Amino acid sequence: MSENRLHIDWTACDGRGLCAELLSEILVEDEWGYPLARDGAVEPAVPRALEKNAKRAVDRCPALALRLVNS
Amino acid sequence: MTVVDALPGVGRRLLAGPTDGRLDTHLARYGRPPRLDGAQLVGLLRDAGLTGRGGAGFPTWRKVEAVLGASGVPVVVGNGSEGEPASGKDRALMAYQPHLVLDGLQIVAGAVGARQAYLYVAGASAAGVGAALGARRGAGLDPVPVTVVVAPERFVAGEESAVVNAVEGRAAVPSDKRVRVTEAGVGGAPTLVQNVETLAHLALIARFGPHWFREAGTAEEPGTFLATVGGAVGVPGVVEAGYGVRLGDLVDAAGGPAERLQAVLVGGYHGGWVPALPELAVSRAGLAPYGASPGAGIVVALPVGVCGLVETARIAGYLAGEVAGQCGPCINGLPRLATTLTDLAHRRGRAGLGREVDAVREVERLSLLVSGRGACRHPDGSVRMIRSAMRTFAADVAAHLAGRCLAEEAR
Ligand SMILES: Cc1cc2nc3c(=O)[nH]c(=O)nc-3n(C[C@H](O)[C@H](O)[C@H](O)COP(=O)(O)O)c2cc1C
Ligand code: SF4
Ligand code: SF4
Repeated sequence: MSENRLHIDWTACDGRGLCAELLSEILVEDEWGYPLARDGAVEPAVPRALEKNAKRAVDRCPALALRLVNS
Repeated sequence: MTVVDALPGVGRRLLAGPTDGRLDTHLARYGRPPRLDGAQLVGLLRDAGLTGRGGAGFPTWRKVEAVLGASGVPVVVGNGSEGEPASGKDRALMAYQPHLVLDGLQIVAGAVGARQAYLYVAGASAAGVGAALGARRGAGLDPVPVTVVVAPERFVAGEESAVVNAVEGRAAVPSDKRVRVTEAGVGGAPTLVQNVETLAHLALIARFGPHWFREAGTAEEPGTFLATVGGAVGVPGVVEAGYGVRLGDLVDAAGGPAERLQAVLVGGYHGGWVPALPELAVSRAGLAPYGASPGAGIVVALPVGVCGLVETARIAGYLAGEVAGQCGPCINGLPRLATTLTDLAHRRGRAGLGREVDAVREVERLSLLVSGRGACRHPDGSVRMIRSAMRTFAADVAAHLAGRCLAEEAR
């Protein structure tokens, strides 16, 4: 089974940086408050061990801008 | 953009003499459009090696196949919006050979089983296209009804998800790409968006076959393309040539250099700056070493007396003004890139950045920061152009950092 990745809908994200707090292993805030993958990926991979944290970040995003995608 | 010409020896195809929109002239030359099923069309397009002429150069057969494989009744959209300011080829084609575009739209719509097609055009093309459609209706040429939608004059309005939104009556701005438009586009239906020039080539391939199509261009990049040649040339205009054409021949077809040239922007505002080498092959393979590609066929010639950094900063400022106002990194990053480039162009150190050389690092840092972080490829395309400028105008950058300008000195 392939790994999940984190997809960011940039048209929805309002950049308060909540996800970077909840998922600091994968994301940092850029200088404008928008999430930036630590590894520079457009859709960063979510390791199995961080799946729960990632789901929480998806659920808590106030703009519904985050999704876990699999492909 | 009124001048239309083809290089001798190319075998004029799209520019094989104007029909001025007249259906009788078109029918006398080409006859009625053939009907193909999906498998036939995919096979022909694959054998021909037709790629999209809207900029990305994606193989057309693969998009047609994706739409055929998706569930639902497909919708087909011809994209003639041409929001790029340096481009005139789509509007020229629509004025010159509208029926070839409309034949292509019908052939592909019929082959994928669409019940509705759209032609998304610049305001300047709307009346001509409307008249052409009227004439075809009288001749019973269009089994699939075609609706004309006028595009707003914005750079990103021609991006495929923006096209889908415009056709649905919403603002012509891009959407998030989690689902491809070939799976779910207009009204949730699988949607095929093709550039109008791509459709015109398709209409000829359906008649004359893949073998004929491959007589122009190179083995890897077959066929002809329409180039909009502008800037410091004698007669700016639209030229047809095979891929792999010498850059010098393209410039000569547009009246030759108006002044001594230093560089050429190939592929438009999302394209790349390359040195003005006449022998350079205009093809993906020929331009790849410069990080450029033919894109939608735009060629802008820059004379030695105009500073490439000033021109790049101007274009970056335009592109920053065209962001669709949706995605944070693009909204914030492109204007920052533009001001950093403007400072470099005008040899100003940025306050708080310390040494001027930081402007170069700042351009690179911001370029990486905005790449891939938007709903559309506008940031990526803008960055491609900017980074190519930093390479091609490296000597100018060094001169500016030392308080000099090579273009000024060349005047
Ligand atoms: C910012 C942006 C603007 C675009 N503008 C146009 C346009 O004006 N016309 C066009 O045909 N394609 C444009 N495209 C490319 C389309 O998204 C799409 O790839 C194209 O219409 C597909 O047709 P083709 O495969 O026949 O080239 C644009 C893409 C981007 C990212
Ligand atoms: S939590 Fe949602 S809205 Fe906030 S920065 Fe992250 S993705 Fe954007
Ligand atoms: S990336 Fe920029 S131009 Fe594209 S949709 Fe987002 S804000 Fe608009």
